[in-house]
Amino acid sequence: MNTRALSKTDALVKALLVGASSVSVLVVALVLFFLLKEAVPFLSDSGRSTLFSTRWTPVSFQQEVYGILPLLSGSLLVTAIASTIAVPAGIGGAIYIAELAHPIEREILKPVIEVLAGIPSVVLGFFGLVVVAPLVKQVLGLPSGLTALTGALVLALMALPTVISISEDAIRAVPGTYKEASLALGAGELETIFKVVVPAALPGISAAVLLGIGRVIGETMAVMMVTGNAALLTLSPTESIRTITATIAAEMGEVPFGGTHYHALFLLGAILMLSTFSFNMAAMYAIRKAESK
Amino acid sequence: MAQIDAYVPPNSDVGTPRWPSMNTRLLAKPAIWTLRGLTYGVVLVVAYIVVDIVWKGAPVLSWEFISGFPARGGTEGGILPAIVGTLCLVLGTTIVVLPLGMACAVYLSEYARPGRFSNLVRLAIVTLAGTPSIVFGLFGLGLFVLFLNFGSSILSGCLTLACMVLPTIIVASEEALRSVPVSLREGSLALGATKWQTISRNVLPYALPGMATGAILGIGRAAGETAPILLTVAAFYLPRLPRSIFDQVMALPYHLYILATQQPDLEKVRPLQYGTAFVLLLIVLSVNLVAVSLRTHFRKKYPW
Repeated sequence: MNTRALSKTDALVKALLVGASSVSVLVVALVLFFLLKEAVPFLSDSGRSTLFSTRWTPVSFQQEVYGILPLLSGSLLVTAIASTIAVPAGIGGAIYIAELAHPIEREILKPVIEVLAGIPSVVLGFFGLVVVAPLVKQVLGLPSGLTALTGALVLALMALPTVISISEDAIRAVPGTYKEASLALGAGELETIFKVVVPAALPGISAAVLLGIGRVIGETMAVMMVTGNAALLTLSPTESIRTITATIAAEMGEVPFGGTHYHALFLLGAILMLSTFSFNMAAMYAIRKAESK
Repeated sequence: MAQIDAYVPPNSDVGTPRWPSMNTRLLAKPAIWTLRGLTYGVVLVVAYIVVDIVWKGAPVLSWEFISGFPARGGTEGGILPAIVGTLCLVLGTTIVVLPLGMACAVYLSEYARPGRFSNLVRLAIVTLAGTPSIVFGLFGLGLFVLFLNFGSSILSGCLTLACMVLPTIIVASEEALRSVPVSLREGSLALGATKWQTISRNVLPYALPGMATGAILGIGRAAGETAPILLTVAAFYLPRLPRSIFDQVMALPYHLYILATQQPDLEKVRPLQYGTAFVLLLIVLSVNLVAVSLRTHFRKKYPW
């Protein structure tokens, strides 16, 4: 091949690669477009006046009520409890794996965390249904094990791999010189970890926490299987709740396309997208800050 | 009696309590054991989950279960259509996402200069990676099923799953490309090769194992997802095999969901539930195992 043909191939390849790269931008644009396209009609519908009511009864013989408050509270409650469990356990686990575990121990622990990350959410939901829910029911003496707490326990399991692996990377990225300086000054191992290494890794750890929470908010199948799905406005962990994600998944299959209910579900999707997006942007900001340090 | 105060220099921290090192040493053991306890607690739970499903799922496994069609709304019989459905979805997703993801990674790692376009692409990737799977389901329903009129079909499902795993594939492939030493590119360029010749002959071959690992992990994730296929392809009960890409199919994750929650007599179908969960777990975890052993193998072969 002569030089001209070669440079032609090069230009063609580059154009193709740019095209392929634009696809991800295009997909994001299309996701936003279709969410909004199907959500906006709800805002001009008669159903919009019920948006902030405390009941979600989209199928009713008298009046359909699309109150998102119980769904928001459901998502919020489950996410809050799951984070309270997963964040300390995840960061503690990451500190142990990164700083305290024996190298051989680490080679065993890391694949176990990867296995947890690999278990499909529907399998975790199934496990929650047949093992965790009866346990919660028995231990707390509840009439039913399908509660917000059960959902949170299963979700905490799903957030753990994210929190552990990203925190661990952040902790291991702290320069060894920091640790050496601290130890040389007479600080103990634990003092060094908690007063030098962890503070230095904090931006990365906060990114891990934010990404973990983002994952919990968006989780659908496991939470739908174990929370009982009663759209109650409650902050009690022992009651059945219904999350935004579960509402979309459970109801979308049965709604007439183009109706008020259909548009309301897309509005829920848009709200969900917005909240996970803000968590991810915050995480990205934290990572940028960690990198510029 | 006159009290003699010790001389305290101004601005010193003598008066402020500090963490005495004695206490730290006393605390060290319990603290380390707490952290160890947390970590092994997680390990124990993972082990319990896997053992529970293998223990109760493996005995259900039989040739009839794997190769049989479901009967009576799924309460009896096998799960062949669900296995075939999941394999179809995985294959279709791979065909769509692999070229796109790899091309995007090559662009980002080899061509992109810091600027508006590459920032936009990176922002898009981060956004896609954080988008909840059910939102992809809604999107797939809106675009592929209804707007493009593909209906509830393998095609819609694969395209939706492809959008979902695209960021995973891109990020993993880019990492693999970046780990190839710059000297390999420089050597090739210095001999007069063009940029594309350099990439295709001196970078891609070495990055390919890493790219494949990332791709397998991403696609393994697609195999276990339920929410995106719920609205775009999955059939509740369809005891036959798909004939074209416009057919609906059953899928293992959705079948498990149906068996576990939508059956009138849950206790009676419990063995089928465990069997399905076991097969799904087996497929997903062995896919991961292949990816990880590939990674270990090639890390030894190209130790940079």
